[in-house]
Amino acid sequence: MADESGAITGAAPPKRPAAELAIDVEQVSLWYGTFQALFEVDLQVQSGSITALIGPSGCGKSTLLRSVNRINERLGDYVRTTGSIRVMGHDVLADGVDLAQLRKQVGMVFQRPNPLPLSIRENVLFGHRLHRADEKFSKADENQIVEEALTEVLLWDEVKDRLGQRATELSLEAQQKLCIARLLPVKPKVILMDEPTSALDPKATETLEHLLWELKGEYTILIVTHNMAQARRASEETAFMLLGRMVEHRSTEDLFLTPREQETADYIEGRYG
Amino acid sequence: MFAASALNERNRRVEGIYKALFGLMTVLLVVPVLIILGVLIAKGGPAVSFEFLFTPPTDQGRQGGILMPLIGTIWLVVVALIASVPIGVAAAIYLSEYAPENWLTRLINLAIINLAGVPSIVHALFGVGAFVVFFEFGISILAASLTLAIMTLPVVIVATRESLQAVPMAFREACWNMGATRWQTIRKVVLPNAISGILTGVILEVSRSAGETAPIMFTGAVTFLPFLPTGVLEPTMAMSLHLFTISNSVPNMPDEIKYGTALVLISMVLIMNAASIAFRVYLRGKKKW
Ligand SMILES: Nc1ncnc2c1ncn2[C@@H]1O[C@H](COP(=O)(O)OP(=O)(O)OP(=O)(O)O)[C@@H](O)[C@H]1O
Ligand SMILES: [Mg+2]
Repeated sequence: MADESGAITGAAPPKRPAAELAIDVEQVSLWYGTFQALFEVDLQVQSGSITALIGPSGCGKSTLLRSVNRINERLGDYVRTTGSIRVMGHDVLADGVDLAQLRKQVGMVFQRPNPLPLSIRENVLFGHRLHRADEKFSKADENQIVEEALTEVLLWDEVKDRLGQRATELSLEAQQKLCIARLLPVKPKVILMDEPTSALDPKATETLEHLLWELKGEYTILIVTHNMAQARRASEETAFMLLGRMVEHRSTEDLFLTPREQETADYIEGRYG
Repeated sequence: MFAASALNERNRRVEGIYKALFGLMTVLLVVPVLIILGVLIAKGGPAVSFEFLFTPPTDQGRQGGILMPLIGTIWLVVVALIASVPIGVAAAIYLSEYAPENWLTRLINLAIINLAGVPSIVHALFGVGAFVVFFEFGISILAASLTLAIMTLPVVIVATRESLQAVPMAFREACWNMGATRWQTIRKVVLPNAISGILTGVILEVSRSAGETAPIMFTGAVTFLPFLPTGVLEPTMAMSLHLFTISNSVPNMPDEIKYGTALVLISMVLIMNAASIAFRVYLRGKKKW
């Protein structure tokens, strides 16, 4: 299998210098107990780009995403990871890595919007306060942070007059935007998104995809999606996974127009998953 | 076309029978409670007055009121709360938020459930051995309250854990993914959303112990004392033991006083329950997610 996956990585876009890579996953295998969920996965994500991760249900997309910010580890020794994962050139699996620092650099957005049961304003400031608790910020500084973050996710105009409202009362679309906004004040390098639009209606999905394009460049986005059309619309590169293996990773256009692997072709034509 | 068939008719009859049966059981359940309350109010109500509550018992309780036992029970419950709440809540936080899912945790959880089933007289004996004798607290409020505290710890832990687990996992995930530690997550998100449930659950459980007799009667409660306790190392009278004594060991006890004492005891527990339930309903109404 190692041979095959080696051959397959050859199908990835030309190797880039490590410095341009926001995420560099090499030969990562992952076990939940005795069940192996990832098999020697390679994935390179260029800094500032949007990469979509597609594949049938259960193929390990979420698992791969969650190992980048090491949130898988909440399950304890039960999860075992081998291989190397680098973010902005730094090994995240190394011993000295502080998880708080890692998660500051690598934010995550979930399938179901999960704002905290606090006001909109407090939600935006939550991460900021966690990571900069030792500094003093005036109310005006904080207001500015809130305005900038909400403006960046195109939510400011909608909520600027009711920042004290409970975030859990917002529409799902607004909640999901807020969940992105709350990552921004700590200036993450990478934003991981796990099917971020699957709880949203088509209209909201469209605005969120639009937002992704706005955020790209400043942030590197790795987005898991079940929606093939979304991968085509909202990403520059697409990686296709199957049964815990990385099958093919190329520019989105190439992958969808001229898939190299038979499995990819079958999947994008809707023959499974 | 839509007329009922024989089968429909039969289903409807059976449905009616079961509904009536279950309803009857519910009535049966409520009846004893109403009878108890009714009898207590009818027979003891006339005895209960402001004066009854706040005058010391005299002539072995045949005359006067219930000042000493009333204040004594409040002492016992409050000290028991002070002892059991911090320990129980901390243990529940550990078990719910930190403990890894393994055999040891499961064993501890099992132990807690079993501990809740230990008869109160066994707790009493433990209390005598541990607090009265070994720690040399003597027959005192402290020894009795600690015994009550240990007896109520399992339910405090269970009530707290339930409140913690009612806070959706998604909130914790959101915090961890922003780089919050477990404790930051607990302090900023989990506890603020669970605290109302914790407080009311805990008060409810511990105040139930106000009615217990066995755990306090060898450890801190005495049958008669002409003065109020001034500190936790003194013994005290208590409502439950007082009721037991005047019903059992004092001849020519006026019925009115017995029933009146019982009515006050049951009212204390009911008022605490009602207050904590009302508090919970109020807080739940305010909470939305
Ligand atoms: N905590 C866990 N314990 C055991 N197995 C797990 C655990 N989480 C995921 N798995 C298994 O690992 C495999 C990959 O799961 P993962 O959630 O990464 O898939 P996915 O590609 O995200 O699927 P979906 O599209 O349904 O979200 C699946 O077979 C799943 O059953
Ligand atoms: Mg998934």
